[in-house]
Amino acid sequence: MSKNSEYLIERENKQYEVIIGLEVHAQVTSESKLFSQSSTKFGAEPNTQVSLVDAAFPGMLPVINEFCIEQAIKTGIGLKAKINKKSVFDRKNYFYADLPQGYQISQYKYPIVGEGKVILDMPNGQKEIGIERLHLEQDAGKSIHDIDPNNTLVDLNRSGVALMEIVSKPDLRSPDEVNVYIKKLRSIMRYLGTCDGNMQEGSLRADVNVSVRLKGETEFGTRCEIKNVNSIKFMQMAIISEANRQIDLLEEGKEIDQETRLFDTKRNETRSMRSKEDAHDYRYFPDPDLLPLEISQELIEKIKSDIPELPDEKKKRFIDKFNLSPYEATILVSDIETSNFFEEVIKNSDVKLATNWITGELFAVLNEKNLEISQSPVSAKNLSKLINLIKDGTISGKIAKTVFEQMIDGDQDPLIIVKEKGLKQESDPKAIEELINKVIENNSDKVAEYKSGKDKLFGFFVGQAMKESKGKGNPQLINKILKEKLNG
Amino acid sequence: MSDITSQSLFELTSNIKEKKLSSEEITKAFIDRAEKSKKLNVYVTDNFEKAIDQSKKFDSNPNFDLKLPGIPIAVKDLFCTNGVRTTAGSKILNNFVPTYESTVTQNLWSQGAILLGKLNCDEFAMGSSNETSFFGNVQNPVGENLVPGGSSGGSSAAVAANLTPVTIGTDTGGSIRQPASFTGTVGLKPTYGSCSRYGIVAFASSLDQAGPMTKNVRDCSMLLEVISSFDQKDSTSIDYKRNCYSKELSKDIKGKKIGIPKEYRVDNMPDKIEQLWKNGISYAKDCGAEIIDISLPHTNYALPTYYIVAPAEASSNLARYDGVKYGFRSPGQNLIEMYEKTRSEGFGDEVKRRIMIGTYVLSSGYYDAYYLKAQKVRQLIKKDFDDAFSKVDAILTPSTPSSAFKIGEKTNDPVSMYLNDIFTVPINLAGLPGISIPAGKDKNNYPLGLQVIGKPFDEQNILNISYALEDKINFKNDISDWWLSE
Repeated sequence: MSKNSEYLIERENKQYEVIIGLEVHAQVTSESKLFSQSSTKFGAEPNTQVSLVDAAFPGMLPVINEFCIEQAIKTGIGLKAKINKKSVFDRKNYFYADLPQGYQISQYKYPIVGEGKVILDMPNGQKEIGIERLHLEQDAGKSIHDIDPNNTLVDLNRSGVALMEIVSKPDLRSPDEVNVYIKKLRSIMRYLGTCDGNMQEGSLRADVNVSVRLKGETEFGTRCEIKNVNSIKFMQMAIISEANRQIDLLEEGKEIDQETRLFDTKRNETRSMRSKEDAHDYRYFPDPDLLPLEISQELIEKIKSDIPELPDEKKKRFIDKFNLSPYEATILVSDIETSNFFEEVIKNSDVKLATNWITGELFAVLNEKNLEISQSPVSAKNLSKLINLIKDGTISGKIAKTVFEQMIDGDQDPLIIVKEKGLKQESDPKAIEELINKVIENNSDKVAEYKSGKDKLFGFFVGQAMKESKGKGNPQLINKILKEKLNG
Repeated sequence: MSDITSQSLFELTSNIKEKKLSSEEITKAFIDRAEKSKKLNVYVTDNFEKAIDQSKKFDSNPNFDLKLPGIPIAVKDLFCTNGVRTTAGSKILNNFVPTYESTVTQNLWSQGAILLGKLNCDEFAMGSSNETSFFGNVQNPVGENLVPGGSSGGSSAAVAANLTPVTIGTDTGGSIRQPASFTGTVGLKPTYGSCSRYGIVAFASSLDQAGPMTKNVRDCSMLLEVISSFDQKDSTSIDYKRNCYSKELSKDIKGKKIGIPKEYRVDNMPDKIEQLWKNGISYAKDCGAEIIDISLPHTNYALPTYYIVAPAEASSNLARYDGVKYGFRSPGQNLIEMYEKTRSEGFGDEVKRRIMIGTYVLSSGYYDAYYLKAQKVRQLIKKDFDDAFSKVDAILTPSTPSSAFKIGEKTNDPVSMYLNDIFTVPINLAGLPGISIPAGKDKNNYPLGLQVIGKPFDEQNILNISYALEDKINFKNDISDWWLSE
């Protein structure tokens, strides 16, 4: 990475580097919970998706949901990580009202997935972020403090839902990298179908570890962990605010306490939740209700054989096969829905035009309307028809934009729009010549100016000719004939 | 025909099948006797009314193909029973009525048995004398003011006092075998993974097993056959072919090799126990068994290991009793205060002691020295047995180092109380099956038991050896019914 792209925080001739590690909690896409058969569907009435196991009734025992295990393995493979054939579920003991067992079943010493990596496409090249581990754990329930003035209410619908905790190495160096990392991680999991990555519904949250050091230092500074941040924007804000807080302390000659902090989104600052001294002693020990988890090579191979093409491989294919630029390819593969849409469009139409139209017009509309590509108002089929109309000269690119605007309204067929509105491009050289003659006649003064060397006026003539054709004149033809007439 | 309540399960089952007795007659007989036996305090919750209804229902449409046809049975109050209060002997579950049934009790009802009620036990099965129960002491029918053993003390007393034909208890460190020994009854702890733990209030998950408590070995085999089953709801349940234990029960133990571990000769063990053990050895010889001296070198470490592993698991298993979801709650100004008050008032001293021990041994900085080391020693203890079982088919030991003691005698001395389990805990740590059968009496005429320990899943073998020994020992309990009221 080039020097000027480094993210550094400046203080009186000093430059501080920010070191970031993320613990991402990703909800496993699964119909039922990690150790019970209750539904995981989002948005149900409180406490309607709670089994006796989830509510920790006496004598209830966890039974592993094998699908969640397969999802974790799949994710591990997607992160190019080592799958541990033997892993252990531990109990993490602490008391809280929304933790019915009084412990969370998690994996501590022996996680299901070991070291892996994620490749980030940054503006000035690729960067590899190491993955420390991925482990499975249960989610807790939800404490609701703002409904009843005197009591905290507890909703156990989430209790027992399977989460993957994906721990990165402290390899991230800027809020931008965090943004790209989260998006890449989400993209990989969405390709795999192992996590929907829906941050609004809490399917993806992160604990953010931040430390700072003077540029050039090799030792890490004391880190603080910012708990449970649930959007990329807030992660970035929290990092900037926390890094500056730490630097201010160092500048004042003070020490940074290793502690757990919370990000106050309204005040844009982190505040202490508990210090190291107050840190919970979770008294981890292997859950005696569950046998160690053993995974066969056959299962790993079976899952490997089902792994779809992932973003990095897809990107390479798009570049090699379709001659896309790395930038275009990165955008198109960033989301599986987008890449599927793209591949659907180019089945029957030109790749270059499809790339431009999807990343240009279509993305603009989606952004404006705040839609996902899966909700695109224009179908892949109709977009490819539009592109073909441009490609075969039936309409110009400019007209195509008008057509596209109409297509948005109910996914209309561009062929019908062009026909009904008579937007077909005028490509008859005779007709074009006639209309150019007219323009020349009406602008003899400008023609004289042009001929005396004012080359810039060429654009004026093109514009006039286009206007005369009511926008339907084939621009290439207009250009060609105008040149002949004016230069001839 | 002898008095109904003194009949064995085998006799009652035969009499029902031969229509000499109805389920209603039997059920009422046990209920009548229970009404006159309140002094023993065996019941925490009775189910008498419903039991009579169910017995009538059975009689109106009897199915004699079942293994427990219309037989009324009371069970330890550690098994969750659908619609019937389940307390685990604790104030914290004083008002708890499950909406579900434990697998083991479900197995009883599926074979035609009828729930008589829930039997007293030490709180959360933590105790060796039934004195830690929130619902008070249980009297041992053997003699007044004598403990019935624990934790399945209500169960052992109920069987000995003819208040239930058979019962089921749970055994984490000896909680079936020690009370059986104290009451002159038979109690078997199956191999870990034999009986499902689903729906049993957990004490120490890696050690807990349910098992039969009966008047004799044949009944024990009949009941084990019913309760042992593979259960997908318990991840530690083991899927293996279970025997028809009662059908294959045999006194022929000719050629069986029986090991006698020298480490079980402990200091201060009463001569009488030594004598009974010797008798057992010579009876086994009489039956054609071969006696082999063996060594289980890590036996001495079993008790300390147990008192690290079991409290550690318990401290975590009991965290769910927090006043939030069910059970007893003592209100507080905030969550922490509510927790503190609920758990201080809801748990008894012994339970709190073990939660504290367990919390301590799992704490960071102590985990390696205690919990981790204990797990390693547990492996060594298991290996001792593996080595021994390469030479012998079963092991014969005393069940307990003493006979039943007086109520209150050891309540202020937890360590001496813990020593009761010295011969039984190694078997739980190794996950093996063990059975206690009455072997004789001490100088006070209190019963004493012998323990037969088997290889994993070899319940049939220890039942057969016990069956042969039982015949030779010919034990008679001579209980005087001193507690009966009119």
